[in-house]
Amino acid sequence: MSSNDDFPKKFSSTRRTFIQGMSLLPAASLLGTTSLFPRMALADTPPTAQVNTTGLAVTDSEVTVGILHSVTGTMAISETGSVQAEKLAIDQINASGGVLGRKIKFIQEDGASDWPTFAEKAKKLLVNDKCASVFGCWTSASRKAVLPVFEQYNGMLYYPTFYEGLEQSKNVIYTGQEATQQIIAGLNWVNKTKGAKTFYLLGSDYIWPRTSNKIARKHIENFMEGTSVVGEEYFPLGHTQFNSVINKIKLKKPDVIYAIIVGGSNVAFYKQLKAAGIDLSKQTLLTISVTEDEIDGIGGENIAGAYSCMKYFQSLDNPNNKEFVAAFKKMWGEKTVIGDVTQAAYLGPWLWKMAVEKAGSFDIDKIAEASPGIEFTKAPEGYVKIHPNHHLWSRTRVGMAQTDGQFKVVFETPDLIEPNPFPKGYQ
Amino acid sequence: MTHIGRSFFLARKDVVGIVVLAILLVVVLPLTLDSFRLQFVGKYLTYAFVALGLVLCWGYAGILSLGQGVFFGLGGYCMAMYLKLEASSVENTKIQSTPGIPDFMDWNQITELPFFWKPFHSFPLTLVAIVAVPALFAFIIGFAMFKRRVGGVYFAIITQAIAAVLTILIVGQQGYTGGINGITDLRTLHGWDIRTDAAKTVLYFVCVALLFACILLAYYVKSSKLGRILVAMRDKEDRVRFSGYDVANFKVFVFCLAAALSAIGGAMFTLQVGFMSPSFVGIVPSIEMVIYCAVGGRLSILGAVYGTLLVNWAKTSFSESFPELWLLGLGGLFIAVVLAFPNGLAGIWQTYVAPRLGFLSGTKPTDPGAAPVAAE
Repeated sequence: MSSNDDFPKKFSSTRRTFIQGMSLLPAASLLGTTSLFPRMALADTPPTAQVNTTGLAVTDSEVTVGILHSVTGTMAISETGSVQAEKLAIDQINASGGVLGRKIKFIQEDGASDWPTFAEKAKKLLVNDKCASVFGCWTSASRKAVLPVFEQYNGMLYYPTFYEGLEQSKNVIYTGQEATQQIIAGLNWVNKTKGAKTFYLLGSDYIWPRTSNKIARKHIENFMEGTSVVGEEYFPLGHTQFNSVINKIKLKKPDVIYAIIVGGSNVAFYKQLKAAGIDLSKQTLLTISVTEDEIDGIGGENIAGAYSCMKYFQSLDNPNNKEFVAAFKKMWGEKTVIGDVTQAAYLGPWLWKMAVEKAGSFDIDKIAEASPGIEFTKAPEGYVKIHPNHHLWSRTRVGMAQTDGQFKVVFETPDLIEPNPFPKGYQ
Repeated sequence: MTHIGRSFFLARKDVVGIVVLAILLVVVLPLTLDSFRLQFVGKYLTYAFVALGLVLCWGYAGILSLGQGVFFGLGGYCMAMYLKLEASSVENTKIQSTPGIPDFMDWNQITELPFFWKPFHSFPLTLVAIVAVPALFAFIIGFAMFKRRVGGVYFAIITQAIAAVLTILIVGQQGYTGGINGITDLRTLHGWDIRTDAAKTVLYFVCVALLFACILLAYYVKSSKLGRILVAMRDKEDRVRFSGYDVANFKVFVFCLAAALSAIGGAMFTLQVGFMSPSFVGIVPSIEMVIYCAVGGRLSILGAVYGTLLVNWAKTSFSESFPELWLLGLGGLFIAVVLAFPNGLAGIWQTYVAPRLGFLSGTKPTDPGAAPVAAE
C-alpha cells in the first residue's frame, strides 16, 4: 500500500518541475489551447503532493468522491432525489472547472436500506477507493452505522437529511437542519397566526420523530404561553392503520395535529384522515416530515391544506432556485419533484468544493478546519453558512400543501436560524 | 447400524468434508482474499451458526423456526451491551449530561444505567449471558409451545410473531436499547481495539474456530441416540411418543441448542461488524437465515455453511455489480434452487457428485438424515 501512496507524489513532483520549466518558454501560452493542459489547470492546479498529503484518491487531473445512498429497498424512493441532486452538483462543478483544477469522478454504492450494508460500503469507499469525500446516508440509523467508520478512517461525510441533532463530528457536515431549526419557528408561527393552544403529537417510532416530538413538547409546555400537549402517539415504521388514533383526535379536538410520520405510512395516514372527514382546510395540521417527494405518493388532493415546516420548497421564488429547478429538470426529467432533502444534498458537493479551495488542500483535517464560516450564496434555499459545529445556518419556512403537489410558502423566518444540535432546556 | 468407516462419532466422509471446509476457511480464503474481503467472509460465517442450528432444529427434528433472528439478535445485543459499556467510559462521554452511560441513553434523558445493563460490566458474565439468555428465552417459548403440542406451521407462525414483537420492543424502548439505530460505535474488547484490520483478522480466525467447534457439536448430536430420536420424531412423532419418550423435552432441547448456536453467531457478528441493530431480529432476516439453510440443504451440516457463504457472496457481488437490479437476481437464485434442487447444495452433491467419488459414498446408507422426507 505504501508504495502506491508514494507513486503519485513522485509523479507529481516531476510534473511540477516539468510545468515550471515549460512556463518559462514563450510558447507556454499555446498550451492553453491544447486539451492536455487547459489554461485553467495550468493557472489553478497546485501540485498533487501539496494538496493531498494523506493518500486520498487525488491525481493531477481527477479527484474521486463517493455517493452512498439506498437505491434499493424501502428507502430508495426517498434517497433517489439526493443521488440525483449530488450528481447534478458534481456535473455543474466539473463544467465550471472542477475542484482545485481537478475533475470530480464519483463511485456510487448502494446502501440497500440496510444499516450494516451502509457500514460495509462506507468502509469500501474510504479504505478501498480512498474517496476524498462521501455524499450520502439518509436515515439517522444509516448515519449512526457509518459514523464510526468515518471517524476511524478519517473520511468526510456530507449528510443531507433534517435530523434529530444530538450529534456533532469533525468528520460530518450536516447540510440538513437539526431538530430545533425545523421545529421551534414552526410552532411559534402556528401559535401566533392560528392562535393554536392544544397540540396532538404523532410520530413514527424511531429516534428522529421521538426526539423531535420531545423538543416540540418542551417548547409547547415551557416556552410558549398557555399551550399544552393533549396526546402523543407513535406507530411502527410501515404502519398503515390510523383509524383508532384518528378517532382519538376527533374526540380531543386539538388545535393542531403535529405529525412526524415517515415513508409509506404517510400515504395511509392522510388518506384515512380525509376519509374520516377531517378537513385540513379547517383542522390545522403541521408536519415536519412531508416534502414534495412524499406528496408524490400521498396525492395532492389528500393533503392539500396541511402545513409543512422545512427550509426549502421547490416553489421558492428566488433566482438561485429557478436556475436550480430548471437544471434539475433538464437532467432528470420534467416530472421530477424536488424536496427539502434533495436541495440539501445538492449543497454537499458545493460546500465541499468551497472548503477544499479555502483550505487549498484535499486533506480531511484541513477541510474540517476550513469549513466553518464558508458561505454559499448560490444555494437554492437562498444563502447558507457553515457553523463551527458543522451544521448550517438556515431559515425555517412554512409551506401550505396545494392540490398540485407543490407548497405555497406562507411564512419564513426573517433571519437565518443558528444550528443548535445540543439545545439547552430541550433535553 | 453399521460402523464401517466410523471413527468416534464422525463417519469417514464427514471427516473428509470437515477437513476440506477447514482448508478452505483457514488456508485458501485468508491467502487469496485481501483483509477487506476476508472481513466479509467473517461476517457471513456468523450467519452460518444460525444455519447450523436450523439444520438440527428444522432438518433433523422437523421444527421450522422462522424466528432465529431473535436468538442471533439476543446474542449480538449481549455482546454489544458489554462493548458499549466499555466504550462509554466517563472520559469518553464527558460531553453528555450524564457521563459514563451509553450515548443513546443520554439522548433519551435516562440518567442512570438500567439494572439489566449492570451485569454487562463483567466480561465473564457477558460470555455466559450470550449463550444463557437466548437459550433461556428459547426454553420458555419451547416449553410453553411443545408441552401443549403446538407444532408444525403454528409453531413457525408463533416464532415469526415473536420476532416481530421483539423488534417492536427494541425499537420502542430506544432509551434502553438504542432503538432502530441499534447499539453503535463499539470500540474495544477488554481494552483491545476491535476496529483495526489486525483485530478483524484475529476475530475471523476465532469465528472459524468457534464454527468448527459448533459443527463438531452438531455432528455429535446428530450421531448420538438423541439425534436418531429427533429424526424419528420428525417422521413419526406419535410412534416415538407411544414408545415412552417425552417428545416435548427433546423438542425443547433441540430448539434451545439451535438458539444457543445462533446466539454465538450473533455475538461474533457484533464483534466483527462493530454494531448491532434490530434489523437482524425481525422477520425478514429470520427468513433469510432459513433460506441460507435451505440453499445449503437442510439435512446437511456442512451444506449449511456453504449455503450461507454462497447466498451472502451472491448478495454482495450482485449488489456491487448491479446496484439497481441485484435483488431480482437473488430472488431468481432462490427460486431456482428450491424448484430444481429441493435438498439444496448438499442434495446436488449427494446425487450427482458423491456417487462418482467412490471413496466418499461408502457410508451413505447409514446416514439417518439422508432420506429426503418432507418434514412439514
